[in-house]
Amino acid sequence: MTTLNFDRREFLKIGAAAGGGLLIPLHLPTFDRQDQAQQQEKKTPNPFNAWVHIAPDNRVTLLLEKSEMGQGIMTALPMILAEELCVDWKSVTVEQAPTNPEIYNHGTGGSGSVSSCWLPMRRAGAAAREMLVAAAAARWSVNPNSCVAQDGGVLHGSRKNFLTYGQLVDDAARQPIPNLNTVPLKNSDNFTIVGKEKPRWEGVSKTNGAAKFGIDSRVPGMQFAVVARCPVFGGKLKSFDAAKAKQVAGVREVFAIDPVATGAFTAGGVAILADNSWAAMQGRRALQVEWEPGPHAGESTETLRQQFLENARKPGKAVRNDGDANAAIAASAKKVEATYEFPFAAHATMEPMNCTVDIGPDSAEAWVPTQAPQWAQDVIAGVSKLPKDKITVHTTLMGGGFGRRYMADFVMEAAQISKVTGKPVMVLWSREDDMQHDFYRPASYHRFSGAVNDKGEIAAWIHFQTSTSIDAMWSPKGAETPENSEFATAAFIPYQTPNYRVEYTLAKSGVPRAWWRSVEHSTSGFVVECFVDELAAAAGANPLEFRLRSIGSDRKIPDFGDPTHGKPLDTARLKGVLKLASEKANWGSPLPNGVARGIAGYYSFETYTAAVAEVSMKGGMPKIHRLVYAVDCGRPVNPEGIRAQVEGAAVYGLSAALHDAITIDGGRVVQSNFNDYQMPRIADAPKTEIFIVESKEEPTGIGEPGLPVVAASVCNAVYALTKKRVRRLPIRKEDLA
Amino acid sequence: MAITFTLNGKSQSVDVDPQMPLLWVLRDTLNMTGTKFGCGMALCGACTVHINGEASRSCITPISAVAGKKITTIEGLSADGSHPVQQAWVEIDVPQCGYCQCGQIMSAAALLSKKASPTDAEIDDFMSGNICRCGTYQRIRKAIHRAAELQASHGKSA
Repeated sequence: MTTLNFDRREFLKIGAAAGGGLLIPLHLPTFDRQDQAQQQEKKTPNPFNAWVHIAPDNRVTLLLEKSEMGQGIMTALPMILAEELCVDWKSVTVEQAPTNPEIYNHGTGGSGSVSSCWLPMRRAGAAAREMLVAAAAARWSVNPNSCVAQDGGVLHGSRKNFLTYGQLVDDAARQPIPNLNTVPLKNSDNFTIVGKEKPRWEGVSKTNGAAKFGIDSRVPGMQFAVVARCPVFGGKLKSFDAAKAKQVAGVREVFAIDPVATGAFTAGGVAILADNSWAAMQGRRALQVEWEPGPHAGESTETLRQQFLENARKPGKAVRNDGDANAAIAASAKKVEATYEFPFAAHATMEPMNCTVDIGPDSAEAWVPTQAPQWAQDVIAGVSKLPKDKITVHTTLMGGGFGRRYMADFVMEAAQISKVTGKPVMVLWSREDDMQHDFYRPASYHRFSGAVNDKGEIAAWIHFQTSTSIDAMWSPKGAETPENSEFATAAFIPYQTPNYRVEYTLAKSGVPRAWWRSVEHSTSGFVVECFVDELAAAAGANPLEFRLRSIGSDRKIPDFGDPTHGKPLDTARLKGVLKLASEKANWGSPLPNGVARGIAGYYSFETYTAAVAEVSMKGGMPKIHRLVYAVDCGRPVNPEGIRAQVEGAAVYGLSAALHDAITIDGGRVVQSNFNDYQMPRIADAPKTEIFIVESKEEPTGIGEPGLPVVAASVCNAVYALTKKRVRRLPIRKEDLA
Repeated sequence: MAITFTLNGKSQSVDVDPQMPLLWVLRDTLNMTGTKFGCGMALCGACTVHINGEASRSCITPISAVAGKKITTIEGLSADGSHPVQQAWVEIDVPQCGYCQCGQIMSAAALLSKKASPTDAEIDDFMSGNICRCGTYQRIRKAIHRAAELQASHGKSA
């Protein structure tokens, strides 16, 4: 049993013994930097093996332990390493680190890469630098303190005594490795790379066809496979006849693969192997197959909604109960009630799921577009019965991840198939496979009651939620506390109220769920920021002023569910982004007729985000003209990358606001492609302006925090314009009629 | 039966199922993987190539339909990334995951070959068939304007 760090709240334990990947998410007091530092100290790999490769001709290659899915980590982490190493950024090459959990903290998610790697990368770079300095000092027989590292070399006195890293690296790698907890770090005032605008390191390769994604993996002798899966979740293969599939030119083999219930969560089905992707897809069309629909065949969006409504009629499990919210509401004159609803949502990465695996008798190799290469390695080890050190997993570029690629179902399928054939195989998912066999953002239903008193203060706040919990899906232990994955900041709102109640009831579903960009914050941010807007309206207050007043004094609010988790919510920083966004958006200034503003501010992934949306109505639906963001993610490592992530989260959030709805009928997903699961198009993208707070706090997440405020600010603007509250997503014309 | 066409300026013959879409011929038969599979139904634009200069979705174009025609893929848009659209894409740092960008670039290049200086509305209209899940649209728009400037200052591009 290996324990790996994962930067989301869920700490993942992966047992290779359990058929290749039993995943147990646990809500351990997370991820604590101290803890990680100690772990690293235990291992202390030689930085010249693990992180920094320097060639005799001075070429510098920096290794990347996290996965690049578009979030810019292939630029941000090497920047941190290069900063401490004192090399010229322009001379640096970046390479994906090999999959080796003994050395690396793989696993990319939870907007946690920069925040969790900030110190480890600085220490690794500093250790390498100190070893190079020590090597130079030894060469010159001088005190290392009289030497300085700069511009990819070590200087003593004048340039006459200058040795390049290439001249020193052999000696340096043999120097004692400094204690990583005490190795001197650069004064941040002297940073020359961190904090500067850097274009995406691999950007050019993404404009000429050279960038290799998982789907571009090509291995001599490889076959292309598609899998026919039961469309009904939890259904099984009853029978199949391969004869017609095998008549398709290019189809080579057709055989069944087993479902894997726990861990990888694969549907199983029938694999069709061919010489090319097209032939495999044609073979699948020709395949005759019958399914056993299984226990969830009766589930539909309507039955789930009935379950939500049924649950909402009864009290839920009290997650939090300050004061007496029911009594306070009963005694209040200004009451507000609202219910909010969200459907399942699909990730819809542009690159459909795929994985290439080659299992041989003594070793295996895989090319995987994955956020979790360590899990892919475990899965292949389990299927192949080979030791992990015989399994080489190449992490490729990903055509989007958004949480979908933390899963290992597609790896399991490829491993199962290659295990049978003994040949390299790419399992390729069609768009329809991808849409209909995702792990979806949970569907949920929220009932709010609240009140404001005569002074315009929040007298009470009740939030009842029922949802198809993520944690309930992944393990029996998670099912005991299904609420843990569903609230986040909604259980420790920054708005002061003496009477605060949060309740939860699990809704049962056969639809697979997991992490979707910003996870529970995507819904929590919406309900909290829309409901506070409703209370502001009830109080007759300006929505910005009501927020600032209700947040109140500067203080730090710990995570309610787990006070040791992450950093507490700093109300001063939240007020800071609200003020900055509203100032930049000229909050309160006149707008053209038919245009209105809405605001939202939210804390997620240790980052503070506020957005002001400017919206008009067109054809009965909102048209979003402009989004003005303020973000405080601590010290900005790469401002250019931060802006790109927030611009992207804005569009992903608009997708949730305007389109995303996976509906269920007969236990299966109704939508199948981009015709019935619409994406925002270029004309839908508003002008997005992003203002980054200057900060020397430790850097925090940025891949996801831009998202939760989007739909809320838009719907609050819709209210300002139409006096109609949008209380279910996606926004529907009939709700605004 | 072999089907012959011009691919990035060179004559190319393939002997495959005539119904096989150009996309899969490029990717699996010729190992030219710059052109991407996104939806298989001409809904997302990731597979965009030029057929006789027109932006076309290779995922629904049977190979038999391109016999005798001129195909340009991202690999052949320029020899060295010097096409104004590629230059602008790098300058504005457009790509995030990058998966859709070859299709976006091929569409943008087709637009600029017809319209030297498109308006925002013309860009939104022409590019509406290309989805970017990372949400780089704002930069795409900016980069197309920039490419139009580069094209004008460099003279006619290839």
